[in-house]
Amino acid sequence: MSELNKKTIAEAARGLEDGDFTSEELTRACLDAMEAARDINAFITETPDIALARAGESDARRAAGNATGPLDGIPIAVKDLFCTEGVLTTAGSHILDGFTPPYESTVTQNLRDAGAVMLGKTNLDEFAMGSANITSYYGPVKNPWTADSGDKQGKDLVPGGSSGGSAAAVAALIAPGALGTDTGGSIRQPASFTGIVGMKPTYGRCSRWGIVAFASSLDQAGPLTRTVEDAALLLGGMAGHDAKDSTSAPMDLPDFTAGLKDGIRGLKVGIPKEYTMDGMPAEIEALWAQGRDWLTGQGAQCVEVSLPHTQYALPTYYIVAPAEASSNLARYDGVRYGLRVPGDSLDDMYEATRGEGFGEEVRRRVLIGTYVLSAGYYDAYYIKAQKLRTLIARDFQNAFADVDVLLTPTAPSAAFVIGEKMDDPVAMYLNDIFTVPASLAGLPAISVPAGLDGDGLPLGLHLIAKPFDEATLFRAAFALEDAAGFDAKPGVGPGGGS
Amino acid sequence: MSLDKDTVRKIAFLARIRVPEDALEPLAGELSNILGWVEQLSEVDTDGVEPMTSVADLSWPRRQDVVNDGGDAHAVLANATEPEAAPGGEAKGGFFTVPKVVE
Repeated sequence: MSELNKKTIAEAARGLEDGDFTSEELTRACLDAMEAARDINAFITETPDIALARAGESDARRAAGNATGPLDGIPIAVKDLFCTEGVLTTAGSHILDGFTPPYESTVTQNLRDAGAVMLGKTNLDEFAMGSANITSYYGPVKNPWTADSGDKQGKDLVPGGSSGGSAAAVAALIAPGALGTDTGGSIRQPASFTGIVGMKPTYGRCSRWGIVAFASSLDQAGPLTRTVEDAALLLGGMAGHDAKDSTSAPMDLPDFTAGLKDGIRGLKVGIPKEYTMDGMPAEIEALWAQGRDWLTGQGAQCVEVSLPHTQYALPTYYIVAPAEASSNLARYDGVRYGLRVPGDSLDDMYEATRGEGFGEEVRRRVLIGTYVLSAGYYDAYYIKAQKLRTLIARDFQNAFADVDVLLTPTAPSAAFVIGEKMDDPVAMYLNDIFTVPASLAGLPAISVPAGLDGDGLPLGLHLIAKPFDEATLFRAAFALEDAAGFDAKPGVGPGGGS
Repeated sequence: MSLDKDTVRKIAFLARIRVPEDALEPLAGELSNILGWVEQLSEVDTDGVEPMTSVADLSWPRRQDVVNDGGDAHAVLANATEPEAAPGGEAKGGFFTVPKVVE
C-alpha cells in the first residue's frame, strides 16, 4: 500500500473503484508526503483533519454504492486564493491575517460535491502577483527540481508563479492534482518550471465566485496535474455555470475526457511566427521545433501563422491587470476583515493598514494601476490598452480561421534561482511573454512537460485553442504528451539523483 | 513618462498606501521604468478600434431583481478587525467600527 501518493488521478480513481485501497489510505499517503516535504514550503495551511474526515465520508459513500464519480476520494491541494469555509484563506498576503471565510468558493464547492478531499491550502505569490512565488508573505516555495549541472547547481530554484505551491505539491508527489488560478500565466508557467501539466480553461468556464480577485477580466481557475488526462478529469469537477458569477458562461459542461485519446490526424496546428524572440535560448527553440515534429508525427499538419500584435501583449497586460488590481484591492481597508493597523483618522488607518499589509510587488502594481486610471491618464493608458486587447484578440480570431490549435513554448527559460530577477520588475514580467496573449484573449491553453534542459530542468510546451474548445485542446495535449514521453521526476530524471 | 517623487507621494495617497519617505525615490524609478516600457503601445495606430469590454462573445444571463441572500449579520461580522473586541468575538454591538470620522 506504499507510495499511493505517486498515483495519478486516473490510476487512483481506478484503484478506489476496484477496492485496491481506500480514500483514507490514499489520503494518508499524501499527508505523509506533505509532512516529509515541508522544507519546500508548498503549503500555507495543512488541513489533515478535514482531509481524513472527507476521505472517511468518501469511503462510506463508496461502501454504500453511492460513489459520485472519478474524483470521489481523490486528494487535492488548493491554492490559497480560493475561499474555503472555516479554513484560513490568506492569498499569500499579510493584509488577510486571520481571515476565515464563512463560505466556500464555487470551484472548491463543486469539488467537494464531487467527493474530492482537500489536503491543504498552497502557497502563492501575494494576491497571485508574481512569476516565481517569491512575493508570498509566507516565504518562497522551493522547486522540487534541482539542476544537475551549470550555474544553478546546488541552489534552490523557484517553482514559478503565482501557483507555485500548487505546482510544487504536484511535482513533489504530495498531491495527484492541485487547483491554481491563471491571470497571465500563473498556472502554465509554474507547470513548465516543475515538469507537470497546467491548464487554464476559457474565461468563463470556471466560476470566479469566492476566488480572491486580482484582475477580474483575466482571472480563471484551472487544474495542475501530472498527466493531461488528469487535467481533463479535474477540470470536469471544477467547471460549470454559476449564477453567482455574472461572467460564468451559461453553457453545458462537456465530458472533457471524451475523445481525449482519439488522436490528431488531420488537426491543423498553427506556429505563430512572432513567438520567435530575439535572444530566445537555443534549447527552447529546439524543443519548440521538436514539438512541431512530434505533432506532425502524430498526423497533424503544422503551418505558420501570424499574430502581428504579439509584442504588445505584455505591456497591454501590465496596464490592464494592475488597473483592475488597484480597483479590486481597494476592499482591503482594515475595517471588515484581516489586518488593521490603528490610525488617528480613517485615512490614517487606511494608509497605515495598506502600507504595512501589502508587500512590495503588490504595492507597485496598485500604484501603477492607480496612476493609469487617474484623471488625465485614463484614455492614454487604460483605454489604449483595451484597444490593443481588441487587436490581440482579433489576431487570434484570424489565426483560428485557418488552424485548430496553436503551439508555442510555455516560458522563455527553465526555473531560475531564488533571489534572481528581483531587482528589475520588467525582467520578471518577461516570464509570461508566451502565456499572456492567450489570457488577454480569454482562450483556453495548456502547458505540457516536454523535455529537460542541459541542466536537467523541465521545460514545457504550450498549446492554445479556440474559446470553449477545451476538447480539442486536451486531445492535442494528449497527443503531445504521448509523443514527448516525459517521465522524469525531480531528483530521479535522466542524469538527476543518480 | 517619468514620475517624480511628489507624483508617487500623490498616487500613494490616492491608493491609501503609506510609503516611507525614503522609499519614494526608488519607487519613482521603478514605476517610471514600467511606464516607459508600456509606452511602446503608443506606436500602434488604434484609431477606430473599439476598446475591449468583454473577452467572450456571449450574451450573459441576467438574474431576477429579487433579494436572494442576506440576514447573515453574524457571518458578515465574524472576521471584523476590531481590536477592542474579545479574541474570536464579534465586532462591537453588531457593527463594524472605524476611527471617529466626524468632529
